[in-house]
Amino acid sequence: MTAAVPDLSCRELVELVTDYLEATLPVEERTRFELHLTYCDWCRTYLAQMRRVLERAGELTEESVAPEARDALLAIFRDWKKGSGGGA
Amino acid sequence: MEPPCVSEPVGCAAEERELAALRAGDEAAFLALVTRHHGAMVRVAATFVRSQAVAEEVVQEAWLGVLRGLHLFEGRSSLKSWIFSILVNCAKARGLKESRSVPMSSLGPDDEEDAPSVSPDRFRGDEDRWAGHWSEPPEPWPDARAESSELVALVAEALETLPHAQRTVMSLRDVEGWEAGEVCALLGITEVNQRVLLHRARSKVRAFLEARMGREEAP
Repeated sequence: MTAAVPDLSCRELVELVTDYLEATLPVEERTRFELHLTYCDWCRTYLAQMRRVLERAGELTEESVAPEARDALLAIFRDWKKGSGGGA
Repeated sequence: MEPPCVSEPVGCAAEERELAALRAGDEAAFLALVTRHHGAMVRVAATFVRSQAVAEEVVQEAWLGVLRGLHLFEGRSSLKSWIFSILVNCAKARGLKESRSVPMSSLGPDDEEDAPSVSPDRFRGDEDRWAGHWSEPPEPWPDARAESSELVALVAEALETLPHAQRTVMSLRDVEGWEAGEVCALLGITEVNQRVLLHRARSKVRAFLEARMGREEAP
């Protein structure tokens, strides 16, 4: 295809960020996306922020289990253990 | 604490050991498993039922089901997927009983909530030569703050503001590190719906952070 690829606008780009990061953009669309990034500092900033969000989300440690919930689950476990002791 | 192991292969040695310990009635092994999955389990359960309290009950019910079914588990899926599939069954059954049955399709993107990722007034209007380009672009975040634990706390806060389905998908994908396919299988949604939910969630979290990270001069 020799015709100029239509330019992607910033407004369009922000809707494609997840598809881009998930590597599900068709090749042509991906090219437009990356082309846009080469000249648009703002969208590079936007994408960097999205990546930052994902990195930080991955650092969210598991919430601790509230003592009541933990006790209730332990009770279930102990009951089960007693019941299954006979090998049923 | 160690970061979660990246997509453990099904039936990997650690899981075998865990399973054996569990079957042997090892309380510490049980608690470790509970602790590792509790947050995500409550979150997933909350996708299907009315309240947080009911979600906690559903999680208990699910663990009971897990323990009772332990001798039947054959390791054809990972222990994690098996536990979560039992959880989803319990949650759906409970949702039906509450007559808040959540049809699977409604877990998909909600039409009423079809907002763009970024407010349209931050882009130039159609009459502009640069239509669709930023008029109010994002400001880079200072590295010192962006790399701090402050941002992690803000992500946690932002997640709490999301609609259930979006929060569930983003938690499983970005916090728990699940693969897209695992999330689709668990929630019974299509790849496309999964991606749309994820996109909305992530976009809103970014916007939430942006609002807190600067742009104090915002209107």
